[in-house]
Amino acid sequence: MKRERNTGLSRRGFFRAAGAGAVAAAGVSLIPVTALADAAKTNAAIDKLTGGTATKSGRIKMKTPIIAENGAVVPIIISVDSPMTDSDYVKSLSVFVQNNPSPEVAAFNFTPACGAAEVKVNCRMAKTSAVVAVAIMSDGSVYKAEKTVKVTIGGCGG
Amino acid sequence: MKMRQLLLALTFATTGTLAVTGLGLGLVIGQTTAAKAEGIRSGYSYATKETQGLQDDDMSNPGYLWVDTGEDLWSKAEGDAGKSCNDCHGDAAESMKKAGVSYPKYKDDIGKLQNIEQRINQCRTDNMKAKAWKWESSQLLGMTTYVRNQSRGLPVSVAVDGPAAPFFAKGEAFFNQRRGLLDMACKHCHEDNAGNKIRANVLSEGQINGFPVYRLKWGKVGSTHRRFRGCNKQVRAKPFKNGSDEYVNLELYVAWRGRGLGVETPAVRN
Amino acid sequence: MASARLKVPKKAKKGDIITVKSLIKHKMETGQRKGKDGKPIPRMIIKKVSATYNGVEVFSADWAPAVSANPFLSFKVRATESGTIELKWTDDNGKVVSQSAKITVQ
Repeated sequence: MKRERNTGLSRRGFFRAAGAGAVAAAGVSLIPVTALADAAKTNAAIDKLTGGTATKSGRIKMKTPIIAENGAVVPIIISVDSPMTDSDYVKSLSVFVQNNPSPEVAAFNFTPACGAAEVKVNCRMAKTSAVVAVAIMSDGSVYKAEKTVKVTIGGCGG
Repeated sequence: MKMRQLLLALTFATTGTLAVTGLGLGLVIGQTTAAKAEGIRSGYSYATKETQGLQDDDMSNPGYLWVDTGEDLWSKAEGDAGKSCNDCHGDAAESMKKAGVSYPKYKDDIGKLQNIEQRINQCRTDNMKAKAWKWESSQLLGMTTYVRNQSRGLPVSVAVDGPAAPFFAKGEAFFNQRRGLLDMACKHCHEDNAGNKIRANVLSEGQINGFPVYRLKWGKVGSTHRRFRGCNKQVRAKPFKNGSDEYVNLELYVAWRGRGLGVETPAVRN
Repeated sequence: MASARLKVPKKAKKGDIITVKSLIKHKMETGQRKGKDGKPIPRMIIKKVSATYNGVEVFSADWAPAVSANPFLSFKVRATESGTIELKWTDDNGKVVSQSAKITVQ
């Protein structure tokens, strides 16, 4: 069954145009201060995890909802491309929700016996945020991926 | 893929119901042909595909943790009579198969409607000589979810004629009665605006074919009366008590509104 | 006593990569919520999940309060021999809940 969604395109288009105009005019960053702080907190947590190793992109696939039905349960599927052999496997996969009070969600520790580095977990998201996945390989290399999930305030509780 | 297509084809080909085969696929079709013919929609059809995915897999559907609780309690002897549900009712899959589709029912000995929670508690107090369970306790929720789960896939079919008729009329009146500071009736959201948005949520038809339901918002399973209370509070109306006549009558009316929908207990909703 | 579900395919061919699914009843109290008296409700979560295959740990997860209540977890394991896959969930107090399932590998 398809759900009708009235959000999105027209509003997004409007903001893009307005934002572009505003940036051009004022030359001021539109990113709110709290978001900058959250990103800094998450990056610090990632640095602590990786020992500052530079992160590469690729190898991580993330499946997340575009809009979370409810921020209390956001299903996330993450898989990391790896042969999972004794000499080449994913050692750990850490997940962060950038705009949460604390960004850490979970860390998954694999062994070659897993055969595949793929996990499915439900996480809590306080608000719209980037979900960041960081994979550390057996050779020490680090990969990072992120996806934004929208979290809205519902209208009907009870 | 093939299996899914086959099952879908069966749903729309038969005039009757599609009973869920316990294949562990947990694939519950939210609507049977009868309900679909009348344009009645289950809350499942308004949910995002991720939420539907949570419901479809018995291993990711947290409501099943309450089914497990109910299953454990089914064989637990309690009360002065020293009996368990199993002692009288045997295998729940057999004896409770139709229980989930027909409640609330008119009951002679009390002269009014009785819903599943009340029926279970009456069995406990009268037959098991045990204490009644509290309405939102994990035991009553577990047992109600377990019992109704036995009817999964069968179409809701409540009796609204005969002795149930006057109570059904009261439930219908309640549904259409404005109340609270917001001066709204159930129908304003669930009939006039089903499919529209209230802030960021999509309004459903307010069907109860999936109750007791695992609400993401509650982080646990909850009863129909809990939901009614919440809805009443939303329009700033004083909620009625769990197990009140008003809510049991309303339950019959709302169940009838969803006639023909497959039982989805435990459903997963926002 | 927490109730938990664990699902592992009953049968698999040697070398197949199977999916293990688990679900456990737990509030995963974050420590952020306030009670009716206005005081914060103390944190109480499952912080570690460990999976062993015939006694050898093959996978584990460390959880933070941002994992949803009644947590679901799914991961993959290569089927190598018949035996038991066991999951152990440990909470902040060190309390452990375990669940195991058998698999036949041909």
